[in-house]
Amino acid sequence: MLKDITLGQYFPGDTVVHRLDPRTKILLVVVYIVALFQAEGWIGYALVTLVTLLCTALSRIRLRSMFKGVRPMLFIIALTALLNIFYTTGTPIRPGWIVTWEGLARAVQMMLRIVLLISGTFLLTYTTSPIALTDGLELLLNPLKKLRVPVHEMTIMMSMALRFIPTLISETDKIMSAQKARGADFETGSLTRRAKALLPILVPLFVSAFKRADELAVAMESRCYHGGEGRTRMKQLRMERRDCIALILGGIFLALMIALKSLCL
Amino acid sequence: MAEIVTEKLCHTYSAGTPFEQTAIKDVSLRIPQGQFAAVIGHTGSGKSTFIQHLNALLQPSSGRVLLDGQDINRDKFSRRDVKWKVGLVFQYPEYQLFEETVYRDIAFGPANMRLGKEEIDERVREAAAFTGVEEALFERSPLELSGGQKRRIAIAGVIAMRPEILILDEPTAGLDPAGCAQILENIRNYREKSGATVLIVSHSMDDVARLAERIIVFDRGCVAMDGTPEEVFTHASALGEIGLSIPKAAQLACALKKQGVPLPDGIFTHERLLRELLAVKEGRVC
Repeated sequence: MLKDITLGQYFPGDTVVHRLDPRTKILLVVVYIVALFQAEGWIGYALVTLVTLLCTALSRIRLRSMFKGVRPMLFIIALTALLNIFYTTGTPIRPGWIVTWEGLARAVQMMLRIVLLISGTFLLTYTTSPIALTDGLELLLNPLKKLRVPVHEMTIMMSMALRFIPTLISETDKIMSAQKARGADFETGSLTRRAKALLPILVPLFVSAFKRADELAVAMESRCYHGGEGRTRMKQLRMERRDCIALILGGIFLALMIALKSLCL
Repeated sequence: MAEIVTEKLCHTYSAGTPFEQTAIKDVSLRIPQGQFAAVIGHTGSGKSTFIQHLNALLQPSSGRVLLDGQDINRDKFSRRDVKWKVGLVFQYPEYQLFEETVYRDIAFGPANMRLGKEEIDERVREAAAFTGVEEALFERSPLELSGGQKRRIAIAGVIAMRPEILILDEPTAGLDPAGCAQILENIRNYREKSGATVLIVSHSMDDVARLAERIIVFDRGCVAMDGTPEEVFTHASALGEIGLSIPKAAQLACALKKQGVPLPDGIFTHERLLRELLAVKEGRVC
């Protein structure tokens, strides 16, 4: 059951989207998010949806995997929709009702906005390996090193955290099975009882996580890891022509969205 | 009485996704009460998946598991109750210890059974005695003990439920030879005193040859061989094909026979080999 979590999952592939430089993709996601928040009116949303679908198609990620990423957020999406339906003023659907046409439209647009936001960022993690992602992030944030921000340390922490998510999940699964075999009950009882029932999972999980962290630290030190100073990379990132084209297209897209917004206003 | 039967047991992980994987298929076995059986097989052959079906931790994709003729998956309650009857010790069980004291950790299983305080106390002491955990350790934290001690405490935690069927997944993995011997001795001891069925998953052919009455060989999710150690270990080449070997004593006996030493067939344990070699030596002297 825990294996269904798709957070940070990477689907290897060899499409244009996969081959783009991670820096390009990170920048494009930022551009995409800014553009998404410029969307005003149906034409704007249609355009963003179209672009998202196009990118998904280019990356050959199946729509089903995309929806899987959205699923954990369904509750928040539904709540947003509900609030928008009931709290938007305008012309009621029927005289005397609280629900307005404007509210319905806003609800749909808000839902679309969240789904697109998630899909766009998931497209990044689906098509970029965690290592490439953190490498790209480190290079992009490099200028901050001048301000004494520990960029390298932050990115290596991030890549390690990502690396250990699947390990910890399988570990949790194992401990849970073992405690279930000793008759532990996680599914019934009051809330406090169930919270208490988690203790037999959390204690061994923490113990092993600390042990693992310790071992990893020793392993890194014994391979002479000493931070980012003077460290070279196995894979040198290089901007190609396709990255330029992608960035230009992204820029045009953003400009278009801003233009659309000012037209609407 | 506790007899466990599986009927055409199949299990598929992540069914309906691109990651779909059949772990076991059509496993039909009958393990009678009191038997000491061993399950061997290559990594990923479905052994661990199989044993997790026997106490309803995993539900079969198709097929049934019967305990004394009754389907253990028939409802929620039978799925829970079967865990008292079929005790499962996982691989590296020391990672499941969590309580503040050794005593309370061993008592976790019986406490989940909602037994009375005295009954729990009796079972904890009994289980500790079976596994050689001294009562002096009861108030210590399990996390500060040695690997071998932790492992024995974890096994005691399962034995304290007095299971009629005890299943152990590689109980000796990662222990030193003395620790291995002690754990196996504890298990044998429990079986003798309680009459429980014991099912052990192992990679050590030497241990399996010495302890088990029956060997079940798994290969790619199916039962490839099933019989007494004598029957299974005579198929050395077939075992080799699925990535397994015969016990060291059997290998040595085989090599000696090729050199012309007159040894009988069916030698699988060090003890037997030693006896036969002594007999051969005496024969020459006479």
